[in-house]
Amino acid sequence: MYAQMVDTGVRKVQDAADMTPDEAAFQARIDADVKIEPKDWMPEAYRRTLVRQIQQHAHSEIVGMLPEGNWIGRAPSLKRKAILMAKVQDEGGHGLYLYSAAETLGVSRDQLVADLHAGKVKYSSIFNYPTLSWADIGAIGWLVDGAAIMNQIPLCRCSFGPYARAMIRICKEESFHQRQGYDILLALCRGTPEQKAMAQDALNRWWWPSLMMFGPPDAESVHSAQSAKWKIKLLSNDELRQRFVDQTVPQADHLGITMPDPLLKWNADTGHYDFGPIDWNEFHQVLKGNGPCNRERLRARVKAWEDGAWVRDAAVAHAEKRAARAAKVAA
Amino acid sequence: MTSTTKTESAVVAAGAAVVPLLDYLLRLADSDLVLAQRLGEWVGKGPVIEEDIALTNVGLDLIGQARLWYGYAGEVEARFAGKGRSEDELAFLRDSPAYRNLQLVEQPNGSYADTMARQFYFDQWHLRVLDALAASRDARIAAIAAKAVKEVAYHAERSVDWLVRLGDGTDESHARMQAALDDLWPYTGEMFAVDTLEQSLIDAGVAADVAALQPSWQAAVAAACAEATLRLPPGTWMQGGGHRGGKQGVHTEHLGRLLAEMQFLQRAYPGAVW
Amino acid sequence: MSTEWPLWEIFIRSMHGLAHKHVGSLHAPDAEMAIKNARDVYTRRNEGVSIWAVRSADIHASAPGDRGPLFEPANDKVYRHPTFFPMPEEVKHL
Repeated sequence: MYAQMVDTGVRKVQDAADMTPDEAAFQARIDADVKIEPKDWMPEAYRRTLVRQIQQHAHSEIVGMLPEGNWIGRAPSLKRKAILMAKVQDEGGHGLYLYSAAETLGVSRDQLVADLHAGKVKYSSIFNYPTLSWADIGAIGWLVDGAAIMNQIPLCRCSFGPYARAMIRICKEESFHQRQGYDILLALCRGTPEQKAMAQDALNRWWWPSLMMFGPPDAESVHSAQSAKWKIKLLSNDELRQRFVDQTVPQADHLGITMPDPLLKWNADTGHYDFGPIDWNEFHQVLKGNGPCNRERLRARVKAWEDGAWVRDAAVAHAEKRAARAAKVAA
Repeated sequence: MTSTTKTESAVVAAGAAVVPLLDYLLRLADSDLVLAQRLGEWVGKGPVIEEDIALTNVGLDLIGQARLWYGYAGEVEARFAGKGRSEDELAFLRDSPAYRNLQLVEQPNGSYADTMARQFYFDQWHLRVLDALAASRDARIAAIAAKAVKEVAYHAERSVDWLVRLGDGTDESHARMQAALDDLWPYTGEMFAVDTLEQSLIDAGVAADVAALQPSWQAAVAAACAEATLRLPPGTWMQGGGHRGGKQGVHTEHLGRLLAEMQFLQRAYPGAVW
Repeated sequence: MSTEWPLWEIFIRSMHGLAHKHVGSLHAPDAEMAIKNARDVYTRRNEGVSIWAVRSADIHASAPGDRGPLFEPANDKVYRHPTFFPMPEEVKHL
């Protein structure tokens, strides 16, 4: 999902005959489930793909703080306010783990942030949607974090050591996030008719974008094959999306709200839920920058960065002054 | 008189309309909550992710402390005024004149310098107050304060650190930090102003004698400013004096807006459970 | 003068641990802030006691006396643990 539109740059999956000895040894390690670590030799395309995928994942966590942060001030109880702040704080922490993993590949975090601000790399499409009610906060925890967990658990086994370890750490914290969201919706669905309507309205707006999070249909994901061979993409988009639907529909049933999909139906033959067509045009428009919040999200991040420049500069200046004083004393 | 009866007389002293201990607890709780609300506004907007996380931690600590004070306040209210409100009723259903926070904490975030100046002034006061309250004759106050003081010791360390980094950083950060200290200085007087209500509780050994804390606060602030190459603001005029400060429910224009945002859902959907 | 904050590796030895374990990285202008931020970033769930921050040549450790203010607060943020939200039994995958 963070690999939405990440191109490995490899036109054809290499087979053994095409590989150099280095490439063959590298592939053998991956096939044997031996982790690749930052100082190991790796094909440039592998390194480049990882830098892109990991940083998009990191940017997603950071940008994701904004739609949820939008409701911290208006959380309807002290308990909910504290929990939401903790959740958003976790997301910041996840961004940190991921930037650190990306930095092991030889890029600086500042450079990655510059790429984001310049529009050269993306973050998950889902964060370009607005949070219009308190129920949206519940929907995000339940659906968006739910989808993220679905994607992240397989990534705990990915071939690149630092990324896999970051995923393990993140997964530990993620189930709190999903439950927090579901708990919010439980309260709403057990509440007044207006609260229940709020929950249904949130589901209506967040369902399809959540399905889009998993990326385009497998048939259109022509470059996944190499990522799969390198074990940086472990399950197909459609597979993950289907699992997500199967898991989530009963959860909605329990809440007593319904997905905005008249074609959603249990298929006894396949043992899965059939669901309606996804509007892929909307997905591509959002990726292109035309979602409801793309401009705002980026502007907010750029503003935070630029407004904070004098603070960061001051901290460095101070550190240097202190180091200089210490050197003088020692001399 | 035993300490319990002394406390109770102090508590009911001002007559049925005001329960002094309740009011005092709200002063503590409201300052914590309003400041936490302000800190929450920085989420996703800080100068660097690590700071975002650290500042949110301070906010979380303050909400936790506010909830403890509100919890006790509700019990006191039940004991002396018949029925006690929940933490959420207290937080979400009182209008500005009933809020008892210091005017300092409702001031807007401004730049990071303004936020750090506000935090620095508050933390130095908060730490001393909690330290004093840990010895309160009211066992519950002492317990809450003993727990909170550990968190606030860390807050104070942090805000001094930022004062020094920004004060003794670049020319720009120095100028911004000095301006922020100067701007917020007039709100610090209220922290040490003792009204009749607070005096009665101080006399009962329940509340912290904030007037007595002022010299140590000022010395610490002056020392930190010196290390930060900043000067202590010279003005003597203080806002909120004459028993017309935040602690008495007289606020600046900022609180109304802050509460309107914070309380919106509870006001728009009365009685709903979230 | 580069104004980029350098990267630090953080090592934490938990309360009953025998050795410092590498927990991750963060950016900080100097060692002091690296440790302070590590407390906020890496011990949010009551995980650590001693923190080391290292940047290529330097290793700095927190002083044992810092134990109280640095670490006690995380104890009561129970909602951070997934078990804090009792989920309805019938609902799976949460």
